[in-house]
Parts: sequence; structure tokens; C-alpha cells
Amino acid sequence: MQIFPFLVVAWIVAVGLYGVVTSRDLIHQIVCLIVVQSSTYVLLLGVGYVTGAVAPYLYDIPPHTRAVDPAVQALALTDVVVEAAVTALLLSFAVQAHKRFGTLDPHELASFKG
Amino acid sequence: MTPRQRLVLFGVAIAGLAACYLWAFAGLPGFGRYPGPYGPAILSRVIAQTNATGVVSAVNFDYRGFDTVGEEFILFTAAAGMAVVLRRLRGERERSPVDEARDRALPPTSGAVRMPALLLTGPIVLIGWWLASHAQTNPSGGFQGGVVLATAFVLVYLSGEFLTFRRISPVAVLDAVEAVGAAGFVAVGLTAVALGFPYLYDYLPLGQVPGAVSSSGTIALISFFVGLEVAAAFILIIGELLEQTLLVRSG
Amino acid sequence: MTSVAAATPYAVPNALMDTLQVTLLVLVAAGAVAVVRTRNRMRLVLMLSGYGVLLAVLFFAFQAPDVTLSELTVGAVVLPVILLLAIAKVRKRAE
Repeated sequence: MQIFPFLVVAWIVAVGLYGVVTSRDLIHQIVCLIVVQSSTYVLLLGVGYVTGAVAPYLYDIPPHTRAVDPAVQALALTDVVVEAAVTALLLSFAVQAHKRFGTLDPHELASFKG
Repeated sequence: MTPRQRLVLFGVAIAGLAACYLWAFAGLPGFGRYPGPYGPAILSRVIAQTNATGVVSAVNFDYRGFDTVGEEFILFTAAAGMAVVLRRLRGERERSPVDEARDRALPPTSGAVRMPALLLTGPIVLIGWWLASHAQTNPSGGFQGGVVLATAFVLVYLSGEFLTFRRISPVAVLDAVEAVGAAGFVAVGLTAVALGFPYLYDYLPLGQVPGAVSSSGTIALISFFVGLEVAAAFILIIGELLEQTLLVRSG
Repeated sequence: MTSVAAATPYAVPNALMDTLQVTLLVLVAAGAVAVVRTRNRMRLVLMLSGYGVLLAVLFFAFQAPDVTLSELTVGAVVLPVILLLAIAKVRKRAE
């Protein structure tokens, strides 16, 4: 349990990158990039976790209760929303590439010039 | 490069990456043994300094407000970039969204889709608004509230047709709302500078009760602006893609 | 820096929380493999939506309700909508 979440993070990165490398479809490549990015959220939350602690919301818990780290949660929170917008931008590139070249296969797209 | 060569190269690279990564994590104190000091330091001082009980939003909009400005502008740039990338190319024309053959009977949207979409649109707008305005009390905030608000507009498209969606969310209004949201965030920070404080300092009155909606100074205000901007950006993004799919044709 | 750990009414035994987190982590790892191995585009969108919900539950078990909210709304709703629109655009041109 000491390093198991970090092993899972490394596994997700490896699996996602394997998907990117062996993909024959731009849409599938973009989804694999989303999977790789989701591993960073697990990493951030795993670094800040405290065993036996509660969520850092002091609304109804007595003061000086042990809580998990709020700073990494703030980072992960904005990350999740911004990732969707960047994915939309990537998808618009894929749509324009399909319009221009007629194919979404990265192996064929790589051999086009201009 | 053949696929086999590519896989072998990938295998070597991922083995090296995994080795470096595990070597780095051997030096950390392990899962669940977060040593601080940043987390406990914030948690012990947050109510005294900001009167906000939602500590994550306080970190987002006050302690780490500058990072959030940067993230928000990534969102802004992505929405603007999509509008540029999906521009009309030479040799394309845009169909009018109104059906040209007026007496054609279109199959209406099925009742099973229409009913829940219509019933849920109002509550979802309310939930999105509630989320965006309660950043300092509960697990909520401008980012989540904005996304939920954008989902309500998508529900309108699902329950009707594209014309209805476009009529309630014209591009000019969305552009203006997004600009107001992004500029509002920066303006709150600049007002602090004009008053002699550091950029994005919490200068509004902090309120009486920790965790009330009116307390915590600029955090509630910034969360409201962020909610506006995120909602407008996502509706713009979805509207762009809808136009591309439905209206733009080649030749 | 030392803070007293008070017993809140929400505390569960550490072993139970550990089991829950390990189970969810294993499910997330399996979900990632399932998403990557799907080749059909429509199925990919649904798998991504399910993966987003699974991730949201994992974040909830990591005591992060704010990140859960974000991941649920973005990963299970907005991302599949955007993907479906792009797939529809790409498929229409092929026919």
C-alpha cells in the first residue's frame, strides 16, 4: 500500500502511451492522451493523501481535525476542466486534417507534405 | 519505420521512464504519509485569514490565485483557438440552419429524450448557479459550476433542434460573457494593486461567519467570474463543433 | 505543524479504507487497458464515459469531493459530447 497507487500511475502512463504509439486512428490517439492525462490526477491526489484523514472542508468538522492536503486538490481540479478544452482543440485539428487529407490514419498522415 | 521497430523503441523508452520514475518515488515518504508542511499550514490558518471553509477553493482563488489566472487563460485560448482552426476554408460553404423545403415533415425528437431533457434543464441551471456561487463553503466552485451550466445548454440542443440552441446562445453574447468573465478575474486582481496591495490580494471585507455565502471577500467574486467564463467557453466549444457537423459542407 | 487527530463521526477503520482504495485502483488500471484496447469509435466514447465515472469514484475515495465533481461533469458528460460531435463530423464526410 505504500507505493501501490504510484505503481498504478506508472501502469496507466505506460498503457496510454502504448495506445498512442500503436494507434491507427487519430480519434483513438486523442482518447489515449486523455487516459495518460488522467494518470496525473491520480498522482497528484496520491501525493497529498494522509492516512485516516478527512476531506479538507472545515464546514462541519471540529477544528484541528487531520485533513488531506488541499493544494494538490486545487491543482487537479483546474487541470480536469482545462484538459477538456485542450482536447476539444485537438479534435478540431483532427477534423480539419480529415477534411484536407481524407484520412485519419496517423501512419498515412505522416507521409503527407504541407 | 516499421511498426515493429516503433514498438521496440517504445519498449526501451518506457522501460527507462519507468526506472527513473520508480527511482524517484523510492525517495518519497510513501502513500498516506504526507509530511506537510504546506497542507497543515494552510488548514490551520485558512479560517482566520479568509473566513472560507471550502479550503480547496480558497487555495484556488486566494493562496494560488495567480496559477488559476493562468489556467483560466488556457481555457480562453483553447476556445479562441478552436474558432480559428474551424474557420471556413476555401471551397466550403455553410448551409442555412433553416430547412429549405418548408413542407418536409421531419421526424420529431423522441419523447423519451425530450421529456427528461426539458424537465432537467431548469434544475441543472439552478445547480450550476449554486455551485458557482458557493465556492467558499462547500465542495463547489467556479469551474464545476460553469461546466454544469454549459451542460444545461447541451440539453436544450438534445431536446430540440440546433436553431433553438443557437437562438438562446448567440455567438456574440457568448463572446461578450466569456470576455467579461476572464477580464473580471484580472480586474479584481488589478483593483487590489490599485489599492496598494499585492496582485489578487483579498481586500474585500471578510464577513462575519466563516463559510457563509457573503463572506471570504474576493473568493466568492472570483468564483462567480470564473463560472461565467468556463460556461461561456464550453458552450462556444460545443457550438463550434455543432456548426461544423451540421452546417458546413464542401463545394 | 503537529495537529491533533480528533475522532470525527465520519472516520472509518484504516483497513477498510485501504481495501476500498486498492480495489478502485485495480479497477481503474483495468479500465485504462479496456479504453486503450477499444478500436470502434462509438464504443470508445462509452468506455471513456465509464472510465470517467470510475475515476470520479476513486477521487471520492481519496477524500477529494471537488475533484470528483469536476471529473464527473467533464469526463462523463462534456468529453463524450465533444468526441461524439467530432466523430459525427468525420464519419459524414466518409459516406
